[in-house]
Amino acid sequence: MKLFRMLGRSVRDAFKSVIRNFSLSLASISCITITLIIVAVAIVASLNVQNFTREIEKDMTIVVFLDNSATQEDAKEVEEKISKLSNVSKYTYQTKQEVKEKMQQESDVFNTVLETWENEDSPLKDTFQVKVKDIEKIKNTAEQIEKMKTVAVVRYGEGMVDKMVTAFSSVEKVTYGIVIALVLVTIFLIINTIKLTISARKKEISIMRLVGASNFTIKTPFIIEGMILGLFGSIVPIGITMYGYTALYKHFNGYLFSELIKLIKPEPFIYQTSLAVLGIGILVGMVGSASAVRKYLKV
Amino acid sequence: MDLIRVKNVEKRYKNGVTAIYDLNLAIEKGSFVFIIGGSGSGKSTLIKMLYREEKPTRGQVIVGGLDVAKLKNKKVYKLRRKLGIVFQDYRLLPKLTVYENVAFALECIGEKKDEIRVKVLKALEDVGLKNKVHSYPDQLSGGEQQRVSIARAIVNNPKLLLCDEPTGNLDPEKSMEIMKVLDDINKNRGTTILMATHDEKIVNKMKKQVITLKDGHLVNFKQKGKYQNEAI
Repeated sequence: MKLFRMLGRSVRDAFKSVIRNFSLSLASISCITITLIIVAVAIVASLNVQNFTREIEKDMTIVVFLDNSATQEDAKEVEEKISKLSNVSKYTYQTKQEVKEKMQQESDVFNTVLETWENEDSPLKDTFQVKVKDIEKIKNTAEQIEKMKTVAVVRYGEGMVDKMVTAFSSVEKVTYGIVIALVLVTIFLIINTIKLTISARKKEISIMRLVGASNFTIKTPFIIEGMILGLFGSIVPIGITMYGYTALYKHFNGYLFSELIKLIKPEPFIYQTSLAVLGIGILVGMVGSASAVRKYLKV
Repeated sequence: MDLIRVKNVEKRYKNGVTAIYDLNLAIEKGSFVFIIGGSGSGKSTLIKMLYREEKPTRGQVIVGGLDVAKLKNKKVYKLRRKLGIVFQDYRLLPKLTVYENVAFALECIGEKKDEIRVKVLKALEDVGLKNKVHSYPDQLSGGEQQRVSIARAIVNNPKLLLCDEPTGNLDPEKSMEIMKVLDDINKNRGTTILMATHDEKIVNKMKKQVITLKDGHLVNFKQKGKYQNEAI
């Protein structure tokens, strides 16, 4: 009961303080707004990069061709070995016959040409299509497969994949770095703005200490004030994320520059991002004001 | 049972000044004690150590069973709820009315609204300010402001009232009014009062216990003391 009463008073005092120090509040809210916009953009960008990296990774396949002379036993042996490799997530096996049928279905030209080949003299090979768990180790895995008996050729789009993987991982790291740096800057700004509002109330705090208010009681209104500032500060960035991203997605029809770079569908994504932005705003306001008020609690 | 016990206390400030040397004191519940001495005698330091604005460098200060020196910063409020403090400069909040200023002390410790009302009005009645409930501090005279601050100090019904030069800013007539209020509180509420002052007339007129300090040393502790010029 007492706790609720105290919390009620804290919320009331926090709102009072936001309104009473309106110009300072507005200053902190705009600071939070601007940084949160950049944070939101960075989040959207980094998640999109992550998304299409994953999409591309999903399509990455090692294709293994066996020797023409390979028997069914040989194929089984290779299959067993592939299944034991730690980096292999999934593989499919197609015999010459299956490859042939698949190609025949694809076009009439292939159909007529392939018709003339019998199983014995077919140039087609038994193939495995192997998907890997960790794209960064795809080269290693391909090499391991290549060494196996009766394996003739291994293909996985070598040079291009390597470069893309390193590029993506560095882009991802940079965007994470930017998000973290921005959050820290926001905290710093909020600490400073809230310090100003608090130093105006130094006397009040010292009297509160003298009449026996616990530190918790003194701190709570300021922490709630910080949360309110964070909440107001995140309204505009959330709007920008919701409408901006949806508009962007519609404008580019879901792809950026080429069909290769697919954007994340806006539907649950913008809500999740908005929630994250709101969470960061409130948390940052809270941490900022908590650390600003701490100085005055040592009387 | 003594309400305050001070044992072998020494207080040395960070700038090297020693304000109190090896002080021993015991103050009984319900007593009214003056602490007298000139500037720099250690009166204020002693009061500050009792409500733990300052910590003793050495020795033990016990107030109402709490070892003040060992109290962590987070737990100071437990001590402060047992005592009321009155300052020379009143320390009222200018934007709050008389009623709100006194109620503030109870709101801070989470009292219920209707209980606050009863206690605040009683405290304001005790200091004789019931008709100024809705005034703001700057509409009151110095004596009245000091009475508001006394009301705030006693509203929580503390066992101990610490006064640091409460009449320092007031003329003799208003000072005596304040003393009458404090004496009534001591008698009617049974609150122990410890008052630092250098006002000779007040001490001589009230005939209470007197602790005399000089340059950080306890000179004497008399039951019905007078202000002794030779000691200072």
